[in-house]
Amino acid sequence: MNFFKPALILSFAFLAVFGEAMLPAPRSLLGAQIDLLPALMVYAALNADIVTLALLAVCGGLWFDSLSANPLGVSIVPLFVVGFPVFLHRELILRTAPFAQFTLGAAASAVSPALVILILLNGGKEPLIGWGSLWQWLVLTVSGGLAAPVIFALGDWCGHALGYKLRTEMSFRSDREIRHGKILK
Amino acid sequence: MFKQQNYLALGAVVLVVVVLLSLPSRATSRLKLAVGSWFLPLFGLAGAAQQLPADLADSVLPRRELLKQIDSLRRENQQLKEQQAQMVAIARENDQLRGLLGWQKNVPWQLKLANVVLRDPANWWRTVQIDLGSRDGIQTNMPVLSAEGFLVGRVAAVSFLNSQVVLIGDPNCRVSALVENPGHDVGVLSATDPVDRSLVQLGYLSSSANLKSGQNVFTSGLGGVFPKGIPIGKIYDARPVEYGLATEARVKLNANLGALEQVWVLIK
Repeated sequence: MNFFKPALILSFAFLAVFGEAMLPAPRSLLGAQIDLLPALMVYAALNADIVTLALLAVCGGLWFDSLSANPLGVSIVPLFVVGFPVFLHRELILRTAPFAQFTLGAAASAVSPALVILILLNGGKEPLIGWGSLWQWLVLTVSGGLAAPVIFALGDWCGHALGYKLRTEMSFRSDREIRHGKILK
Repeated sequence: MFKQQNYLALGAVVLVVVVLLSLPSRATSRLKLAVGSWFLPLFGLAGAAQQLPADLADSVLPRRELLKQIDSLRRENQQLKEQQAQMVAIARENDQLRGLLGWQKNVPWQLKLANVVLRDPANWWRTVQIDLGSRDGIQTNMPVLSAEGFLVGRVAAVSFLNSQVVLIGDPNCRVSALVENPGHDVGVLSATDPVDRSLVQLGYLSSSANLKSGQNVFTSGLGGVFPKGIPIGKIYDARPVEYGLATEARVKLNANLGALEQVWVLIK
């Protein structure tokens, strides 16, 4: 089994969560911290197997919750919920089209935080929500949509640069070779 | 579309979530700290990377500039020593007067400087993590101040090396606050708009509260978590609520919560 792609996706998720917790710039500039995990789930759903997708949802959710005040495990289901339907219908999706990538990234980034909030409210927690949350939701959606094509390009580039190369078939076949001249016996 | 492998993955994810959410809170918090500790090597790397430009700038600073800075710091140190001597004398006098009146003595607080290592990645909480933990004597509910001495929050969770600080404005950090006005109105600071981090809500004020913008707000000492007299901010505006039966105000925080880099933890 080729572990390169799962390792690459999980490493990117780890760094993305750390970056979100480390860099205050998006929050200062836009009033909201951007989240790359939903867009990464879309990438994994379209380019990796189901095991990688499940691992990304579990590990990404755990890492996110461990650095946040969220109860541990709350982010796992929303991440899997946005990735699983995309995985099931991946043959019908134009995965190389940037518009499709943007749309899926934006939709995933809109659904995932809404589900987390819903789970938190259902669990009796009091997250900080108000009218300003609509703006934050918009920022999350648009930034997730914009991040998706970048993640796809980055993932493809890393795959080509560091992954196993595809074995190309040669047109030459020795059994079909036309030999000229006298056949020596 | 639905292969057996897909069913298994779905089942595994659901199982993990059910197990995590049904764990006792103590086990969950330990697990959370254990998972969070995976990021510790990156904290070190990021800290070193942030320190590098400052170190480079220091190494190219001219000698004359350094001597000037040393001279200025010496003068400031002298002034602070004099102020400290005065403060010690005032504290002693205060203790003596408290003793004469039969009041309980003030317990002195110790301050510990901590670096803010990361912020909450979720938009619906206001927490930060600091690089002091239980090995440094940090405990939950200890008040946390900004580098300038303004209240920023309290310690919510402690691990061996790190602690989580819940900031003012988070729904989990409510502070009893006293307004510096003739009526000494007392209210409770709570959450407000998620986008604007500089304003918080001051509720539970009486309808007769005489609030004007610019009045100072301090901790009231009620509730037992925050000692009395820590500056919080200034009244921004006020309005009657609940059909005029109560007053609600917005407080402009003195501390810039979005740019916290170093904080003081008050240790009893």
